[in-house]
Amino acid sequence: MISWRLSRRDFLRAGTASAALASSGVGLAILLPELGQASILEQQNHAGHGNGDDTQPPATSHEAGGQHDGHSVSMAVGEVGPNAIGIDPMAFLTTFDYGTVSTLANGQVLREYEIVAYDREIEIAPGVFFPAWTYNGQVPGPTIRANEGDRLRIKFINAGTHPHTIHFHGIHSAFMDGTSGIGRGNIEVGEEFTYEFDAFPFGCHLYHCHSFPLKRHIHKGLYGTFIINPDPNKQGEQARERHPDHEESQRWQEFVMVMNAFDTTFDGENEVYAINSVAFHYMKHPIRVERDRPVRVYLVNVTEFDPINSFHLHANFFDYYDHGTTLDPTLKTVDTIMQIQGQRGILEISFKGFEPGLYMFHAHQSEFPELGWMSAFDVVE
Amino acid sequence: MSEVTATNQITTPVASADAEPTRWTARWVILGLLPLILLAGVLALIVATDAGLGERTVPPIEELNVQRVTLPEPGRIVLDVVNDGPDPITIAQVMVDDAYWSYGIDGDGTLGRMDSATITLPYPWVEGEAHAIGIVSATGVVFDADVPVALESPETDSGTFARFALIGFYVGVIPVALGLLWYPFLRRLGGGAMQFILALTIGLLVFLAVDMFGEAQEIALGVPAVFEGSLLVPVIALLTFLLLMTIASRKGDTPRRGLAVAYRIALGIGLHNLGEGLAIGAAFALGEIGLGVFLIVGFTLHNVTEGVGIAAPILREQPRFINFVWLALLAGGPAILGVWIGGFVYSPLWATIFLAIGIGAIVQVVVEVTRIIAQSSEREGSPWLNWTTLGGVTAGIAVMYATALVVAG
Repeated sequence: MISWRLSRRDFLRAGTASAALASSGVGLAILLPELGQASILEQQNHAGHGNGDDTQPPATSHEAGGQHDGHSVSMAVGEVGPNAIGIDPMAFLTTFDYGTVSTLANGQVLREYEIVAYDREIEIAPGVFFPAWTYNGQVPGPTIRANEGDRLRIKFINAGTHPHTIHFHGIHSAFMDGTSGIGRGNIEVGEEFTYEFDAFPFGCHLYHCHSFPLKRHIHKGLYGTFIINPDPNKQGEQARERHPDHEESQRWQEFVMVMNAFDTTFDGENEVYAINSVAFHYMKHPIRVERDRPVRVYLVNVTEFDPINSFHLHANFFDYYDHGTTLDPTLKTVDTIMQIQGQRGILEISFKGFEPGLYMFHAHQSEFPELGWMSAFDVVE
Repeated sequence: MSEVTATNQITTPVASADAEPTRWTARWVILGLLPLILLAGVLALIVATDAGLGERTVPPIEELNVQRVTLPEPGRIVLDVVNDGPDPITIAQVMVDDAYWSYGIDGDGTLGRMDSATITLPYPWVEGEAHAIGIVSATGVVFDADVPVALESPETDSGTFARFALIGFYVGVIPVALGLLWYPFLRRLGGGAMQFILALTIGLLVFLAVDMFGEAQEIALGVPAVFEGSLLVPVIALLTFLLLMTIASRKGDTPRRGLAVAYRIALGIGLHNLGEGLAIGAAFALGEIGLGVFLIVGFTLHNVTEGVGIAAPILREQPRFINFVWLALLAGGPAILGVWIGGFVYSPLWATIFLAIGIGAIVQVVVEVTRIIAQSSEREGSPWLNWTTLGGVTAGIAVMYATALVVAG
């Protein structure tokens, strides 16, 4: 007798726990359909409430077009806490750390930063918590920003539970490379070390832990963005657009977006994709931009386990500066770019004259947006 | 005995020195309770001191058992889950085909030990295709469930109910009744042929018991872990066997009544047919109608032999006709029940328990029938295991095996 042959008696193991299936017994729904509906609506209503300090007012475009409806069910349910990733995800977009500034004897600007590595749980999707390793308690770490040619001193304290480093993508001495086994090498638990080098070359860079095993140290959350503004005195007038000391830069609406992912089951595949760690956050809370001011995105890919990640903008095109190390775009008028892990660049987008509304952007590997890397600009007049 | 007396006996132990040991003296009661009191104390100590293990720092052990996946209508998937792990689990998100999806859950999503919940997904499932569902806990553990073939689950209306009953009737009652129709034919057989038929019954029963054991173990894998499904199978089978042996035992010289044995065979076979009904019901619930028809033909053919087995012990008796009706219903009727359960309210735990009871019942009738053969052999002065009985057992197994091939297609 072969009974049950139709059922797939797969017994899948995820992590330490097993989930036995008995899908063969398809039968009657216990819940009344109405009941299920009510509870879904409740969850969606819950999802509709923004963070307390979310500056975004109820956007008119949502009310007018009901544009959210198309995506409302194909998303994570609920809301993350206000401090989900050690910082409010909305605040992270526009938070730049220029350090403590002083002037050296030779006239060079000195910027001093302090970064502490420690373990902290972060919320990467509503209700889903990840035991992260963090720089200053947040994932991604603080966005370190300086002007080209500044002297940087980054005091690193390891208050975590494993040896860590900070490896900056930039030009520095071999001793300051922040790599296990090279120069100063691992900073052991309880130790501290000050990385020191000049901010060079200008562009959009990143920093991350370079202790081994590398995959684990990176995907646990030890990475951040490192931006060096070009010096107009060396790079020419164009550089004023990216330099905060110059008025030309003031019209830009700048955002930091780190494409990352989390392998919550530690099986070498990611369960959650996002920019800035929280799945669907900027879809639930579209990033408000004024349409007549240009948008600049510092985009960094640190996604572990997947060879590439990508950025696709709906209903618009943009200029792309690979690594941000040039003042002329490396790709002009594109709507999709891809980055390998560690690759980064600057996107310059204009919505001037566009109809106000939601302009979605997401990875164009369809799997990633459905697992969280889905966002939108809310373009307002 | 009153408490007053008991107190007296404590204060005057001499008085109770010659008392019978089983009398309810207070001291005797205390002696009985003492280990329990000490045990409670030790347990309290362990809980209070964490058994010296210190504070628990490891992450919680999260487990979730998906009991059923239902597709009640287009655009809706319903999951019944139970937390069968030692710690509470919080369901944070649900993925369908690697996409986070909106869902509804009764309660706040946190399930204590053995708590169950129903998850409703407004998902546009695609008919005839497979879907994979992942339930993500608060710690990011993913529990998988799947829809092997997406088809709308049968509604629980009277039409479906009647249709399922008819299927059970075809695979259970009809073949057993047809098998019983051989009764007049079998009655005319001589002693040797009779032994052969009884041995054939043993063969087919042994086949069914082994088959059910494998079946039960497979279903037991879907039973929530705390119930130790695969342990339940042998234990329940053994207890059922012992219970039936106790009921059937009597003073040695009473003649063995074939009809009682026939009823017990019918009961064991009935439980086996319940298991077949479950399989067919589940197949129909999955919408595998074509294969379901094939299953019915196979099971019907397969089960005809069971009627012969039931008839075998009563060939030398004169049972009333109504007994045959009852025997057919007892052996075949549970198939109807099985189809209903499999189609509407399938539970791996109950399926495992029913099958385990069936195994115990069948093994017990194997013993009974063996005794009948032994008794008749004794009368004829031949050993009970001879070429005739061995041939019968082999034939019984062979027939069941061959007809099972038909079902397996």
